[in-house]
Amino acid sequence: MRGNIYLYILVMAGVTYLIRLIPLIFMRKEIRNVYLKSFLYYVPYVTLAVMTFPAILSATANLWSALAGFGTALILAYRGGSLFKVSIVACLSVFIVELMV
Amino acid sequence: MSNKIIPWKNGIKDGIPIALGYFAVSFTFGIVAKKSGLTPFQAVFMSAVNLTSAGQFGALALIGTSATYLEMALTQLIINLRYCLMSCSLSQKFEAGAGWPHRFLVAFGVTDEIFGVSVCKAGKLNPFYNYGLMSVSIPGWMLGTFCGVVSGEILPARIISALSVALYGMFIAVIVPPAKGNKLLTGIIISSMLLSLLFAQLPILSQISQGFKIIILTVAIAGIAALLFPVKEAAHEG
Repeated sequence: MRGNIYLYILVMAGVTYLIRLIPLIFMRKEIRNVYLKSFLYYVPYVTLAVMTFPAILSATANLWSALAGFGTALILAYRGGSLFKVSIVACLSVFIVELMV
Repeated sequence: MSNKIIPWKNGIKDGIPIALGYFAVSFTFGIVAKKSGLTPFQAVFMSAVNLTSAGQFGALALIGTSATYLEMALTQLIINLRYCLMSCSLSQKFEAGAGWPHRFLVAFGVTDEIFGVSVCKAGKLNPFYNYGLMSVSIPGWMLGTFCGVVSGEILPARIISALSVALYGMFIAVIVPPAKGNKLLTGIIISSMLLSLLFAQLPILSQISQGFKIIILTVAIAGIAALLFPVKEAAHEG
């Protein structure tokens, strides 16, 4: 027998929401401990870097367009482009390279 | 008033690339959901209340094998545990006096992307910025799911391929500017990418799921960096 799809969805939604909510509820004070503070300061940079590379290389139809998108994003971000600009131009460069290759 | 409207508008602007990237990912999710036998409503409902790509793909596989509800709960816990780490980091950006409703609402939108963009904003977190991000990215996630279920492979593969890079482009736009002229952050970002590559290539390590790989590498690299290079009080700009 298959379970009820809506119950499955509610179970997964409940678990996922609690994972996100619990730290926000229980960590209400500013952490004073220098080590923990530094750790949490570095978390986003490490997480986002790990998620981006090498996953970006296999995100598109071929490696060349992925490299074009990656390179474009790095250059524009280094020049201080906004999130929107960096993201859209990276998409465009993937599109153009895939038209050529 | 402008303390709410302006951050909300900024959130919407920064949320557009998230929405485009979400559209590409959830479009694929919609196609798979249809193949797994979900109706369009069920698929969109799942997207609306979960907002988690790996978790939702995992759920489809479980529903296909008639898993128990406990298995479903444990799988989601494991796949999505990284959000716990992100919420810990985000909790420190909240004003100490921020009320409960804001915490409950912001929690709903803790995704890789919304977290990444909001946590790297200078200064304290303004919940309305997060609401702005959520008010475009959640519809993008739901719309992509819907289009994937109903239209299948109609959307040209080229468009999906190009949009697939949007989220990564955004991550790069978040982490590169603060690293400019900061050798420490640059070093941490490059080491993170190289270790991530190593994890993807080495025989045993490449078996680890993406969610756990993120947790292991984040705890290890941020843990070592915090030990070697503690951040001074003044460096609170994020």
